[in-house]
Formats: sequence, C-alpha cells, structure tokens
Amino acid sequence: MTDAIKNIILFISLILVQIIVLNNVLLWGFINPLLYILFVVIYPFKRDRGLFLFFSFLLGLSIDFFLNSGGINAAATLFIAYIRLPLIKGILGKSEIDFPVFDISKLPFLNLLFFISILTLLHHFIVFSLEYFKFSAIGTIFYRTLLTSLFTIILLIFSLLFMNKAK
Amino acid sequence: MQLIINFIIKYKYFLFFLLLEIVAISFTIQGHSYHKSKFVNSANFVTGGLYKRINSFKEYTNLRTFNQQLLDENTMLKNILSQHSKDTAVNSIQVIDTALYFQKYTYIPAKVIHNQFHKKYNYLTLDKGSKNGITTDLGVVNSNGIIGITNSVSENYATVLSILNENAKINVKLLRSLHFGTLEWDGKDYNILQLVDLPIQANIKAGDTIVSGGKSTIFPEGIPVGTILNFSKENNSYSRIDIKLFNDMSAIGPVNIVTNLDKEEIQNLEQDLFND
Repeated sequence: MTDAIKNIILFISLILVQIIVLNNVLLWGFINPLLYILFVVIYPFKRDRGLFLFFSFLLGLSIDFFLNSGGINAAATLFIAYIRLPLIKGILGKSEIDFPVFDISKLPFLNLLFFISILTLLHHFIVFSLEYFKFSAIGTIFYRTLLTSLFTIILLIFSLLFMNKAK
Repeated sequence: MQLIINFIIKYKYFLFFLLLEIVAISFTIQGHSYHKSKFVNSANFVTGGLYKRINSFKEYTNLRTFNQQLLDENTMLKNILSQHSKDTAVNSIQVIDTALYFQKYTYIPAKVIHNQFHKKYNYLTLDKGSKNGITTDLGVVNSNGIIGITNSVSENYATVLSILNENAKINVKLLRSLHFGTLEWDGKDYNILQLVDLPIQANIKAGDTIVSGGKSTIFPEGIPVGTILNFSKENNSYSRIDIKLFNDMSAIGPVNIVTNLDKEEIQNLEQDLFND
C-alpha cells in the first residue's frame, strides 16, 4: 500500500517539477531537460507491467496537456516503459530478474549510466522525431536529441544520488 | 478459438502497449493539424489553473517592462487620436492607421499565463475563456504586433496558436505599398519570421515595415509586425525574405483579443461565392 502511495506522490511531484521548474529552463534558448522520465527509471520492477505501462502513458499525456503537444510525450514515455524490462535483462545478461529484491540503485554505476542513457536517448529521439515529423529535419532531430539528452542524463543521475542519500 | 485466447494472453502487454501507442500517435497527428478541436490542450481547468498560479509569481519580475509597454501604447494611441482630428480638419487621408479603415473590431484584454517559443509548434495560454466572450479563431495582438490566433477555448482559459507555429500562416502587407504576402516561421530563430508569396513587383529593401494585411477576417489591417531584415532573389522572384519582429516573443505579457464583428457576414458572403 505504501508503495502505491509513494508512486503516486512521485508521479505528481515529477509533473510539478517538470512544469513549474524545468519548462522554464531553456539553456542556450532551446535545451529543455525532461526529468519526468525518472518515473520510468525508478518505478519498481514488479510483475504488474500493465499498470506501469498505463501510468507511464498517463504521465506523458499529462505533460502533453501542459505543453499542447498532442501525444508526443505520451508515445515516447510509453515506448521506453515497454522497452525497460528487455533492456535491463539485456544489460545484466539474465533471462529472468529477481523482481522483489531488484533495485535499480544497486546496479553498478556504469550499468546504471548505460541503462539511463539508452532510455533517455530513445525517449528524446521519439519526442523530437514526432515534433518535427519530417525526414528532412533529421539533422535537427539528432542535434536536439543529443544535447537535450546530455542534460537530462546529468539531472537523472543527480536525482538518483539525491534519492539514495535521502533513504 | 483457444489459439486466439492463448495468443492474447501471451502478448497481452504488447497488445496493451500497441493500443496505447496508437492512441498517443493519433493525438499527435491531431495536434499537428491546424483546424481541429484538439482534445489535448492546456486550456482546461487543471493546466490553466496551475499556469495562472505560476504566472502570478512570474508576473512581478516583468512588471517594469510591461508598464513601459503599456505607456508606449497609450502614447501611440493618443498621437493617433490627435492626428485624426487634424486630418479631418484639413480633409486629407494621408496617414494609414487602423482608426481610418472604419472596420468594426472589439478588443478584449487578457494576460499570457504560459508562453512557448522553443518548439516547432508553439502555443500560448491566456487567462480568459468562453466566459469572457472568447471563441476560436480570434486574433491576439499587443502594442508591438501580432501574437497569434486563438485555438482551443474552455470556460476560463484559451490556448493561442502562436505565430511561432508551423501551422500559422498570416496575411501581411508592406506598409508603403499594397503588395501582400504570407508570414510563416521556419522554426529556427524566435524573433525572425519568413515572408513568402510576395510578388516581385513589390520593390522591397531592407528595413521596410510589414503590417497585417486585412485580407483575413481575423486581424485588422495595419497592425505592425516587423521590418525586413534581409532577402534574396532567385529566378526573378523573392526566394527568401526574413522579417525581424517588433515583438520579443520570449516576453509577452498583456495582450488584446480582437473580434471582427463583420466576420460572420463576410464568411456568409464568401460561402455563397464558393457554393455557386
């Protein structure tokens, strides 16, 4: 029960942080880190994947409502939520994961960094591809994906460190 | 039958994922189109309410600029008024300004509570809605020029399709001649827009002023937009004309929403024309 409440608090606070703080941050005029995907990174690896997929979709859609961006963030967040389990299995080289005791913060740092980077790059690539929606803009899409991902990854690592300290 | 059920059970997460993804993509496509009442917009109670609250803090940091803007606008309007009385006295109509076109417009004041300028499809959110008489497809302007066109409207809030949006196409003309073109945005610099479809006969030079054209039923004629920054010619036509806006699109505060009272009449007339 407490787990569910924790996740709801995380869900709401990530939206608020993204809207109130981060969407007002525009580094060099266009880099806007999308920290809210922290939800996908730290949501517990339990077996109720359906609920997790639905919440991820809802989180992205909530951001879309604020940004008037159709379903761009919803599509991207849902995608990385779906890919998360196969990805972590691939990184650890295991076919099964010991779900009840598996904790993302217990991963070795390099593995964690790799996991976060892949998720972020995929997410941002989908966001910018859907935003530009044109093959001729592929250069701009890659450019923005890489630069924005860099700042999102840094923020994600810092928030994970901070959350571990707080525990 | 058993096979199908087994298939669904085996791939239930994938099917669920696919279903939600299709929903998200259809919202995206709907969001990219211009004329459609969008389901996902920030004019609703929750998002509008939060933006209004955030804005009530942010507003203070810009009060000085906005005060100066309003003072400038007041001075400009007073100058137009005094000019007008002189013009009627000597019976000349040399000055081009909105007050002399005798069109019927009403203005509703509003505040921008959320502003976007770094994306490809930018929207603003206003703190006025259908309760204040706002409908879709109304022009939004401030003293320095055109801001956008209202898009989705709820009871208390409205979203505005910014001129910094790939879907925005606004009829503009040169101040010193009657040649008109269309104002678009290429998605790069938020203070530089592009003027397209301007005939080569319009002999332009850098620094020429561009004003709204009045060919649409949305904006009154003669609202300032910007100046020509640079242009290039190719095959005896203008290939690219950059317009520097008078407005700083990253700092928009108080705006006016323009309603054209003759809009319905004009549209009815045009409807008849197309039906024949």
